[in-house]
Amino acid sequence: MQRQPDHLPLIKRLLLATALMFGFGFALVPLYDVFCDLTGINGKTSTMAATADKAVVDAKRTITIEFLARPNADMPWLFAPQTKKMTVHPGEIKLVYYEAQNPTAATMTGQAVPSVSPGQAALYFNKMECFCFNQQVLTAGQKLLMPLQFYVDPALPEHFSTITLSYTLYDMTKHAPAETVTAQVSTGGNDE
Amino acid sequence: MSTVTHDHDTAHHGEHHHHAPSGLKRWLYTTNHKDIGTLYLLFALTMFFIGGAMAMVIRAELFQPGLQLVQADFFNQMTTVHGLIMVFGAVMPAFTGLANWLIPMMIGAPDMALPRMNNWSFWILPFAFAILLASLFMEGGGPGFGWTFYAPLSTKYSGDSTALFVFSVHIMGISSIMGAINVIVTIFNLRAPGMTWMKMPLFVWTWLITAFLLIAVMPVLAGTVTMVLTDKYFGTSFFDAAGGGDPVLFQHIFWFFGHPEVYIMILPAFGIISSIVPTFARKPLFGYASMVYATSSIALLSFLVWAHHMFTTGMPVFAELFFMYCTMLIAVPTGVKVFNWVATMWKGAMTFEVPMMFALAFIVLFTIGGFSGLMLAITPADFQYHDTYFVVAHFHYVLVTGAIFSIIAAAYYWLPKWTGHMYDETLGQWHFWCSLISVNMLFFPMHFVGLAGMPRRIPDYALQFADFNAFISIGGFAFGLSQLLFVWVLVKCIKGGEKATDQVWEGAEGLEWTLSSPPPYHSFTTPPEVK
Repeated sequence: MQRQPDHLPLIKRLLLATALMFGFGFALVPLYDVFCDLTGINGKTSTMAATADKAVVDAKRTITIEFLARPNADMPWLFAPQTKKMTVHPGEIKLVYYEAQNPTAATMTGQAVPSVSPGQAALYFNKMECFCFNQQVLTAGQKLLMPLQFYVDPALPEHFSTITLSYTLYDMTKHAPAETVTAQVSTGGNDE
Repeated sequence: MSTVTHDHDTAHHGEHHHHAPSGLKRWLYTTNHKDIGTLYLLFALTMFFIGGAMAMVIRAELFQPGLQLVQADFFNQMTTVHGLIMVFGAVMPAFTGLANWLIPMMIGAPDMALPRMNNWSFWILPFAFAILLASLFMEGGGPGFGWTFYAPLSTKYSGDSTALFVFSVHIMGISSIMGAINVIVTIFNLRAPGMTWMKMPLFVWTWLITAFLLIAVMPVLAGTVTMVLTDKYFGTSFFDAAGGGDPVLFQHIFWFFGHPEVYIMILPAFGIISSIVPTFARKPLFGYASMVYATSSIALLSFLVWAHHMFTTGMPVFAELFFMYCTMLIAVPTGVKVFNWVATMWKGAMTFEVPMMFALAFIVLFTIGGFSGLMLAITPADFQYHDTYFVVAHFHYVLVTGAIFSIIAAAYYWLPKWTGHMYDETLGQWHFWCSLISVNMLFFPMHFVGLAGMPRRIPDYALQFADFNAFISIGGFAFGLSQLLFVWVLVKCIKGGEKATDQVWEGAEGLEWTLSSPPPYHSFTTPPEVK
């Protein structure tokens, strides 16, 4: 029988590699988010309010903005944009409203998640004020007008002429901590 | 065939059986690489027939348009579990079985480096598949979201069998990783004196690279199924947009595992073909070093192409071009291999025994699968081919006429060495020709219905696809039945037959052919000298 070589150092290294690769799978999650934030390729818009101090209106270009809204499959609320489509000049600040209503007999919390298409335009679509920054609480039967104030960055590359903004509204009643409830009255017209 | 006498194999038989436990315990407790190799191969064969039976259900349902035999839900479970069983239960364990049998004999080692872990890595596998198969019988049925288990299908819209699916994938992954560690340690530490890296047989080389791929990506798969599990049952939101996650992220992580995985299922096949072709061409392999480098570069490139499975997810054009060119680049090392095999046969004194027939069929049909892969790599074209039967045709050409044909070729090639008996050549030729004709009836027309727009994974289809589908199904049943011939050949060969010589094949070279047929229970207890 030949002398048994010492396998342990190699086994340890291979097990370490296995553990590292298991970690790498999870590391892909934040890496993906960072990568998408930097490049905007998955159509996720910023969750922070933008300021418009240095934006100059470019009257030579017009961009068509389309507004879509839909409640998620498990979400009983009614949810629709008041304006379906508008044209804007880059740099121009616009205000639109979305309508939400809770038709159920219980108080519920909703969260709208935006997505911009084409994805690369997401970096240039700036929201100064948006209901999607917060969760919304609606009592039974309550109806709410929710504001969205935005402008399109004039640096938007030439080949984009249409931007579609889509919101999906999710039921967060089970997940919502009580203190995140925000006062809607101050920001939007709250017509019962 | 040479006429070497083999008197020493009977002598070996006497000396090792007196202390081994008998019956079931022999197999449960075994740490012998040959026993474990046999267990893996028989397990893979069983799974091949179980997964094949599911394919028969799928083809029977698709024989005619409309729903005749099964409900859509059950159809989905069949496509899902068929894929999982064939990938993780048939192809991968079959390759691991071949590795167990052959690597120690090829490098002149007495056994695998870690025999107890070897036992463990096999014996957890039956439990993994028992869990997966049992989930089919639970209320609501088994997993039906496709073997790729895309979120949110697997997280939001799946039944409670998902938990069983996740655990069984975990166990399969642990088994594969243990197998891979064993292969690497064996190859690194137990090579016979003089067996330098560039003298290793190509089967050993390809398996070494495969083992590194397994260690790199099986943990990522484990992470993916864990995320699916926590998303579904523990309220995390890795893939749920409502909680800030992203379903497209699932596809990135899954295919980061998934693309190297398809090379895990084909690299050992390259090693097998590189062993068989020189034997029956009676010439040394053409371009040995380029084969090693080609295999390594395929393995490295496999980490840079995953998103070619996701061209339709709305990636930016730059990313689509990047993944398109990287994918096409893989055709270069693969082409090197095909040219080397052809050059090996050039002016060789060729004979056409069953292993060679399967190897030749592999070279032609795998290349067809490679070409359809190139078509799918072209981003603008992929938008038409995506999720159609064209994709199904592509990956069955590379996995059935590629991986499975190579495994069958390997079985015929080394069977005389393993059992000590020659298989029945006439029956083997029948098996080959029936398989060859039926497999092409089965998969070739899928290219046409796919290009015409028939979507995959749907139990029903538009009327214009009816004739082709009936034809495909007949091919499918014929291919399934042909494999019974294989079992007949195997049983006949294990039970007896013409005595095989040590070298078995006239042109065979390598350490395993210097051992007796069948080889002694413990081979190379003193390491051979490799010059």
